[in-house]
Amino acid sequence: MSNYLIEVPDIGEGIAEVELVEWNVALGGTIEEDDVLCLVMTDKATVEIPSPVDGTVTWQACQAGEMIAVGADFVKLQVEGEGNFVESQQATENASKPEKATTTADHTVGEEPVAVTEKEAVPVNKEVKAAFEKPSVNSVTKTATASNRNVTAPRPEGQKPLAAPAVRQRAMDAGINLNYVRGTGPAERITHNDLDAFISGQSSAEAPVASSNSVANESIEEVKVIGLRRKIAAIMQDTMQRIPHFTYVEEIDVTELEKLRIKLNKERADEQPKLTMLPFFIKALVVALQDYPEMSARFDDDDNIVYRYGAAHVGIATQTESGLVVPVIRHAETLDLWQSANEVKRLSTAARSGKAKREELSGSTITITSLGPLGGIVTTPVINSPEVAIIGINKIAKRPVWQDGGFVPRDIMNISSSFDHRVIDGWEATLFVQRIKSLLESPATLFM
Amino acid sequence: MNNLVSCKVLVVGAGPGGYVAAIRAGQLGLDTVIIEGDRAGGTCLIRGCIPSKALIHAASRFEEINAHTGDGKLGILVPQPAQLDMPKLIDWKDSIVARLSSGVEALLKKNKVRQIKGWANFSDAKNCTVDTAQGIVNIKAEHVILATGSTATALPFLPYSENVISSTQALEQHELPNHLVVIGAGYIGLEMGIAYRKLGAKVTFVEGMDSIVPLFDKELTKPVATWLKNHNVEIEYSARAVSVIEHGTGEGATLTYSDKNGIEHSIHGDKILVTVGRRPNTQGYGLANMCVDMDGAFVKVDNQCRTAMKNVWAIGDLVGEPMLAHKASAQGEMVAEIISGLKREFNPSVIPAVCFTEPELVGVGLTAVEAKSQGIETLVGKFPFAAIGKALAMEAGNDGGFVRITARKDNHVVIGIHAVGAHVAELSNQFATAIEMGARLEDLANTIHVHPTLGEATMEAAMLTLGHAIHI
Repeated sequence: MSNYLIEVPDIGEGIAEVELVEWNVALGGTIEEDDVLCLVMTDKATVEIPSPVDGTVTWQACQAGEMIAVGADFVKLQVEGEGNFVESQQATENASKPEKATTTADHTVGEEPVAVTEKEAVPVNKEVKAAFEKPSVNSVTKTATASNRNVTAPRPEGQKPLAAPAVRQRAMDAGINLNYVRGTGPAERITHNDLDAFISGQSSAEAPVASSNSVANESIEEVKVIGLRRKIAAIMQDTMQRIPHFTYVEEIDVTELEKLRIKLNKERADEQPKLTMLPFFIKALVVALQDYPEMSARFDDDDNIVYRYGAAHVGIATQTESGLVVPVIRHAETLDLWQSANEVKRLSTAARSGKAKREELSGSTITITSLGPLGGIVTTPVINSPEVAIIGINKIAKRPVWQDGGFVPRDIMNISSSFDHRVIDGWEATLFVQRIKSLLESPATLFM
Repeated sequence: MNNLVSCKVLVVGAGPGGYVAAIRAGQLGLDTVIIEGDRAGGTCLIRGCIPSKALIHAASRFEEINAHTGDGKLGILVPQPAQLDMPKLIDWKDSIVARLSSGVEALLKKNKVRQIKGWANFSDAKNCTVDTAQGIVNIKAEHVILATGSTATALPFLPYSENVISSTQALEQHELPNHLVVIGAGYIGLEMGIAYRKLGAKVTFVEGMDSIVPLFDKELTKPVATWLKNHNVEIEYSARAVSVIEHGTGEGATLTYSDKNGIEHSIHGDKILVTVGRRPNTQGYGLANMCVDMDGAFVKVDNQCRTAMKNVWAIGDLVGEPMLAHKASAQGEMVAEIISGLKREFNPSVIPAVCFTEPELVGVGLTAVEAKSQGIETLVGKFPFAAIGKALAMEAGNDGGFVRITARKDNHVVIGIHAVGAHVAELSNQFATAIEMGARLEDLANTIHVHPTLGEATMEAAMLTLGHAIHI
């Protein structure tokens, strides 16, 4: 038996570190050559790392969700035949304590010290901020609660409730008969927390039914913010910190547009996609951008340069199972309504199935976000940094509108838009939105 | 000073129930008066717990010193037997009592409790007169707390006299009796009898039941019985005192009793100590005028110590067993708080009981037998002091002592802890705390106990009950 060290492989694209998504083989598990050791994730791609040899995993450098540098010590295997390094005594110790192994292991395998800092697993969040008070996550909650319910309620006739004197006194003060209080402590002991729960009306002894909503649900699930979710979190955090948002909401009468859309859908050819509101909106954006080129831009705030794009690369915020992504309709100014509709459909399908290419998910110059079908009258969209504008579409609703001396039903839609107030003034933003409004309310102008 | 005193709270009796009630009432800002015919302190302080412990301590010291005569012991040789000066011993004991009594009076004063010396006589539930040295005082109170305590029971055919004495007189003997006959081997009789045996008297017990301290089970009292046997103390079990012939000063008395077979025997004692129990003090202060309900010999109270009469409260020995100072104090404190408007009730899980025999006995909570009668299945573990290093190092490991834990079988909640052995009385509060807090065996087993101490036996007994004691 000997030891075999695997380092984090270079998976190209100049990537310096990867995030471990999941281990396919647990500590102590065996693996055969070319079987998948684990999944790692780079900026956009998820890559499988195969094992170069047969062996038993004796050490893993990090856990799911942690970042690790390319070239760092990654996995140690015990292999038949010749290994590639000799385990020192301390390293053996580390093998049995994998959770603290990353930093010390580097020193013991005797590589040049310069590499050490690079090779340390990067903690998830290095920023200094107010301490988060960690809840104690009770991993046994579900089964324990279920059995508790059966045992606890109601306690056998004549059996005194088990509670410390201070708890008894508090119950007395609050006028509570402890016979009716559920005990969650050892041996169904009634704790101060149980009393609190009872007082706040969240718990009672007569709550054996799982479906009863009067039982305080004390379960806390630990969800690791990893992968795409962590990326979104970081971007949102950065965006909201750096960009002073100016949000402007206007209502648009889309009655005429709706008529047009319905008519076009009726007359469409079979190979043509069904038109949603989005292609019209993209069209309106493209037209409006001709007058307001400052809105299709990317702001490099490190160098204080705004890059204004002649093109309209329109990002479409899209919800996928693992979170929000923004596929990009490149050069929307070159597409007609039907092409645009096709592109929207293709990209959103690709994004949702995880097949979108890297370049299809980056490079937008302005973004549209639509929660319209879900309802809501106003949103405060977050700019898709480093862009300078984002347009949010809200739900269309029939509303009474005063027109020519009487109320008439009209299709009304709000648009909620945010702008980077560092480079876009409220005045320009307002004019831009009014331009879009005017285009959408008189659909013919879209095509002039 | 024939005048009228009005107060919010009137406490009758300054024993461990009454004085605690008065001090707590004073702390809570209630205008409080306490009446006491004697010094402050009650039976506990003046003629019970405290003086008996002083006597027991002195007797033990005397016995210990004498154990070093002859061939010596532990390498320590005392060349001549120690001499006993009973009057000086009693003086020393009295000085302890006096100090504590004046301490209680100072505490009452500090908490602005007015003290009136004399006997109260109630004309109705809220009014009484007290015949004090300064004249008659009429007291009118909004609340009355009766804490009149109890007195040693006399046997009707064995009236107290010069040579037939109660535990009170047993604490005031200026001469050591050569032969002390004790009627009743309960905890008071045993404590006194053992102390006198240690001081050198011959002691004989006449007990009505078939065991000593019937309050405790035989397993627990066996080390005490062994000590008595090893010290030539005779016990006549299942015997009944019949009559006594008093011989006069210095001549002792002759007791006639019938043994378990009904055969009568006569026995001469320099003193006959009668310790057959205590009865509540319900006479001589107009209780009949207060319209309270009775429960046998006791005043009937609810779980807040309310009597049948509004705003008349009763606590301590007056309201029932167990007649223990700490129960009275707890009730007194509670009643004062209830009067002040706080919500309280008397709802302890356990009232610990301790017996200062040789060796000491502690009973807290239920035994396995008692639990079984309530339909509770139990786990029991008993850990001997013989396996505790500290016990051996202080000559406390060879008296058969142990800690015994009784827990519910279903959830391991500790429901009883009993112990016998040297100094185990000092462990009793841990036992009570564990049970009041609802501790399980695991709680006691997983609490780090200090080494080397006698208390390690508690942890080990818990582990033993769980099946994994270390030192046995």
